[in-house]
Amino acid sequence: MALELIAVTVTIAFSIATSIPLGAYMFRVFSGARTIADPVLVPLERLVLRVCGVDAGAQQDWRSYAVSLLASNAVMWVATFAIVSAQHVLPINPDGIAAMEPALAFNTISSFVTNTNLQHYSGESGLSYFSQMFVIVFLQFVTAATGMAACVAAMRGLAGQRLAALGNFYVDATRAAVRILLPLSVPLAIVLMSQGTPMTFEGAARAATVEGASQTIARGVVAGEVAIKQLGSNGGGYFGPNSAHPFENPTPISNFAELWAIAVIPMAMVWTLGHFTRRRRLALVVFAVMLALYLPMVGVAIAQETGSMEGKEVRFGTASSALWAVTTTVTSNGSVNAMHDSLTPIGGLMPMIGMWLNNIFGGVGVGVINMLIFIIVAVFVAGMMIGRTPEFLGKKVEAREMKLASLAMLWHPLAILTGTAVACSVWASTGDPATALGWLKNPGPHGFSEMLYEFTSSAANNGSGFEGLGDNTPFWNVSTGLVMMLSRYIPIIAPLALAGALAAKPSAPETAGSLRADSAVFGFTVWAVIVILGLLMFMPVAVLGPIAESLAVRG
Amino acid sequence: MAERAQSVSIWSAGIVRPAMIASLTKLDPRQQIRNPVMFIVEAGSALTTAVFVQELISGTGRPAFTGQIVFWLWFTLIFANLAEAMAEGRGKAQAASLRRTKSDAMAFRIRDDQTETVPAAALRAGDMVRVEAGQVIPGDGEIIEGVASVDESAITGESAPVIRESGGDRSAVTGGTRVLSDWIVVRITTNPGETFLDRMIALVEGAERQKTPNEIALNILLAVLTLIFLLVVATLPPLAAYAGASLSIAVLISLLVCLMPTTIGALISSIGIAGMDRLVQYNVLAMSGRAVEAAGDVDTLLLDKTGTITLGNRHAAEFVPVAGVTRATLADAAQLASLADETPEGRSITVLAKEQFNIRTRTFASNEVTFVPFSASTRMSGVDLAGRRIRKGSFDAIKRLVESGGGMLSADLVASVERMARDGGTPLVVAENGRPLGVVHLKDIVKGGTRERFAHLRAMGIKTVMITGDNPLTAAAIAAEAGVDDYIAQATPEDKLKLIRDEQAAGRMVAMTGDGTNDAPALAQADVGVAMNTGTIAAKEAGNMIDLDSNPTKLIEIVAIGKQLLMTRGALTTFSIANDVAKYFAIIPAMFIVAFPQLRALNVMGLATPESAILSAVIFNAVIIIALIPLALRGVAYRPLGAAAILRRNLLVYGAGGVIVPFAGIKIIDVALVALGLA
Repeated sequence: MALELIAVTVTIAFSIATSIPLGAYMFRVFSGARTIADPVLVPLERLVLRVCGVDAGAQQDWRSYAVSLLASNAVMWVATFAIVSAQHVLPINPDGIAAMEPALAFNTISSFVTNTNLQHYSGESGLSYFSQMFVIVFLQFVTAATGMAACVAAMRGLAGQRLAALGNFYVDATRAAVRILLPLSVPLAIVLMSQGTPMTFEGAARAATVEGASQTIARGVVAGEVAIKQLGSNGGGYFGPNSAHPFENPTPISNFAELWAIAVIPMAMVWTLGHFTRRRRLALVVFAVMLALYLPMVGVAIAQETGSMEGKEVRFGTASSALWAVTTTVTSNGSVNAMHDSLTPIGGLMPMIGMWLNNIFGGVGVGVINMLIFIIVAVFVAGMMIGRTPEFLGKKVEAREMKLASLAMLWHPLAILTGTAVACSVWASTGDPATALGWLKNPGPHGFSEMLYEFTSSAANNGSGFEGLGDNTPFWNVSTGLVMMLSRYIPIIAPLALAGALAAKPSAPETAGSLRADSAVFGFTVWAVIVILGLLMFMPVAVLGPIAESLAVRG
Repeated sequence: MAERAQSVSIWSAGIVRPAMIASLTKLDPRQQIRNPVMFIVEAGSALTTAVFVQELISGTGRPAFTGQIVFWLWFTLIFANLAEAMAEGRGKAQAASLRRTKSDAMAFRIRDDQTETVPAAALRAGDMVRVEAGQVIPGDGEIIEGVASVDESAITGESAPVIRESGGDRSAVTGGTRVLSDWIVVRITTNPGETFLDRMIALVEGAERQKTPNEIALNILLAVLTLIFLLVVATLPPLAAYAGASLSIAVLISLLVCLMPTTIGALISSIGIAGMDRLVQYNVLAMSGRAVEAAGDVDTLLLDKTGTITLGNRHAAEFVPVAGVTRATLADAAQLASLADETPEGRSITVLAKEQFNIRTRTFASNEVTFVPFSASTRMSGVDLAGRRIRKGSFDAIKRLVESGGGMLSADLVASVERMARDGGTPLVVAENGRPLGVVHLKDIVKGGTRERFAHLRAMGIKTVMITGDNPLTAAAIAAEAGVDDYIAQATPEDKLKLIRDEQAAGRMVAMTGDGTNDAPALAQADVGVAMNTGTIAAKEAGNMIDLDSNPTKLIEIVAIGKQLLMTRGALTTFSIANDVAKYFAIIPAMFIVAFPQLRALNVMGLATPESAILSAVIFNAVIIIALIPLALRGVAYRPLGAAAILRRNLLVYGAGGVIVPFAGIKIIDVALVALGLA
């Protein structure tokens, strides 16, 4: 156990340590400063922009930035939907996989376009190699880049003074993909291959077992997919069991590398915020707030799971699985290396909390955006308490900003609670629901948790599943598909508008009388606002699911 | 805020009784809808009442429990209305009594040396009136003759009379106030309908009080919190149905009302009204709530030196003789030269001479003494007495006098004069029969405690800028002594305007006081422009506040009141949200205890029964509103500290306190309910 705890500590410490220079590098990339990788990557960036016909010099205000974001996502949605619907006639399909049926395709494409990667299909048997590469891997790069671009635009808005333009969406997204995600993915994929992860265009292997039986072993373009799945907080695995599958995550070393990849960009984004706003202390405060939420959750999860090997891989152990469960849910990643359905009730509550808050590091880009919303609420309350009308980084927070922050803040619980309530009432109003619907094998608090988790994961654009839920049904495919779409774009567009509003304002110089966003006491305020609002939004469902189950287990 | 005016107790019958009636009439949904949070409480109360009636008629359910919930829900609303009515009540009571005195006031108008009795409403600007003891002053104006003690309680709530006299900064009087002793002649300066009283009535009685920008933003936050809780409560019945539990409407509404930010929702308008009212108690009239909020945001204060930083006049501080002359000789000569000098400077010389050398006032027969008054051409004054020609004057004037008699000024005299000028003082040279005796050091006296006040302001992040007509040398010395951050010497109104624009361009908010017509552009440009009541009409119209006492020092209190208003709003918002944690722990286990008996582990307060738990939370939620009315009206404790220190303190008191207090409160109410057999 001591060894496992050391491994957990080293993993977290290494992620934090490497996120600092990465954050500085990302700032240089997005602000157009020179970096050491320029000779290789800048020509590639120029090539992509030229092929796409982007005028790299054109600046966009928040509206046209948002329109470009939505339009490009809409085009990708249509194109990738067409591919998976026609994958049986498209090339690179050695295993002869059939076309995806429409409701499942709606869910799958909505899931991958929104960077959620909730999988109601089973990876290795549901998609051809062509679909894996040109739908899954393509979207895993581009949607991660979309989130990072939105975040960068928001940061420019915060830092700006009487600024109209927030940058150019296409340039930002291209830079994120070509100059950040790509150069990190390639070495990571090589590390994974060195540990035994396959990377091949050959079809499934056939083997004869010792007993003489014949076995089909799925394989494919795995290492590259796993690399971007982790780095871009995507989480959708090549195989159904995700990173619990020995090909996706063969050894403790690959496990370490993947855990690092899950956390490093979300963490680095915080440091990038510090560079953009020219306030390193602000980044430090935000990072500390996130750690002060993350570490207790990791601690609880490890303590709860110790000794509970059900659903976990022996090659990783309970502590590493608990760390993974928390890290993958706080960061909106959603890959798993153990079955969350088998976590103890309180251990399983931790991933849900991570997704309810959705701002502890969070998804690439969107995590910092979500945090911004809570910061604005904290600024408003704390600002009044010091006797001034509220201001953030010297900019007045007024009715328009509060409206936009409120919209973003309201949407998340709305999606989760309404979705779960609808599912519950469908279940409660169906005669003999266990056979008629086939969703839940064990109703009661645990079944409630499964349904709650599914909507939580969709709304958080996380994508992990509690499993145990029979989710490949029209109800779940359509409802979670809609939730994923709305929960992706509302919490991106509203903060973009908010950043646009703040960007246009003059920034007053800070004095001893103004609220310092980069002070410890303000950090504590943000932390308290997150804890209390999170509690108020989600305590009833937490009580009805994991807590009721846990108390029943204890008797 | 040392000179805080004594206020009318909010618990006096004159305020509480009409407020109680108003709290019922305000239940009208058409009025209630202006406050969305409380409107939802009203809708919930009505729904629960319908359920209660239905239960009574059909004999089902738990009418005893539902009935108590209904009772307390309505009381939540009534308490909220009471808070607003009491805040409005103080101003209304003042305005009503003032309007009474106004309607029957008669005035003695002086016209062509004749006095005629006319109704107050007939007076126009420019009219002269004589007001005698016991009479109400018929309109706003300026005393041109006489001195009187005036009872201004009708406007300010301050019962101690104040002295008003002609000339100087206390010459303004307000219509509707009462002369208690002596008599005065007042020149009316405003026409009926435009008086301070009329404006105040309009402000406190304005049925559609304008919401300030910060209030609007806060209302949005409260609305979204309300929506979130509405969502939480509305999704509970299907979740409960899945779990095999059923929830009654009374319980659901109880949870909703407890969670919604009713505390701040109920008190938000009271806080705003009370802020305006607090300014009125300081004899300051704010033209809008926006101005009060802006006062809290002020970064830079422009302060006039005279009257704000220094006492109005210079005082003699020391006698510095030239070589060969004793200080006593110099003091004696200076005292003689000042005997007939009625200026404050002259008087201060005689006082200093008496203090240091016990030289008393002497009387002379009029034939042996000739007083020489100050004249602009000689720039000297003095006395001729038994062959002694004593003169005092500026250095240049005495120099001319001495040199015209063929004398010379000694080097030590020149050195003393230069030293005093450098220190911000004014040297006054005394000569006898053309021979210089020495120098009297006249000093600007910085008001006591000024340095500390400015240090507090600096800690609060507010920059002080002294405005003075003095030369740069003198200004620098006084600025250093008073501890201001910056100064403008030989300031013109254009300088003030430029400074304000520069500060605003850098994103700072500026407050200033002014009284002259040439101050009007700067007053209009400043974010907070306080016009002196004694000032010109142009100045008063340009500013967004008027100080009836015409006391420029008050700018500092105005900033404090603005900050206090915002702090009160923030503190009660925090308190309101923090309260919800305990309410969850009371209500959630109670709701689901039947379906999940294991949830009794969450009943951390050990509340007796599910019914008593829910009822206790609802009662606490209602009672806390009443308990916080005084705080809302008085404002939270205010200390001039830096932002971090204030935030730490308020987070501890209203954040941590807001989490802990309801745990204790709900438990106490639960114990009481059980003891009374109500649950």
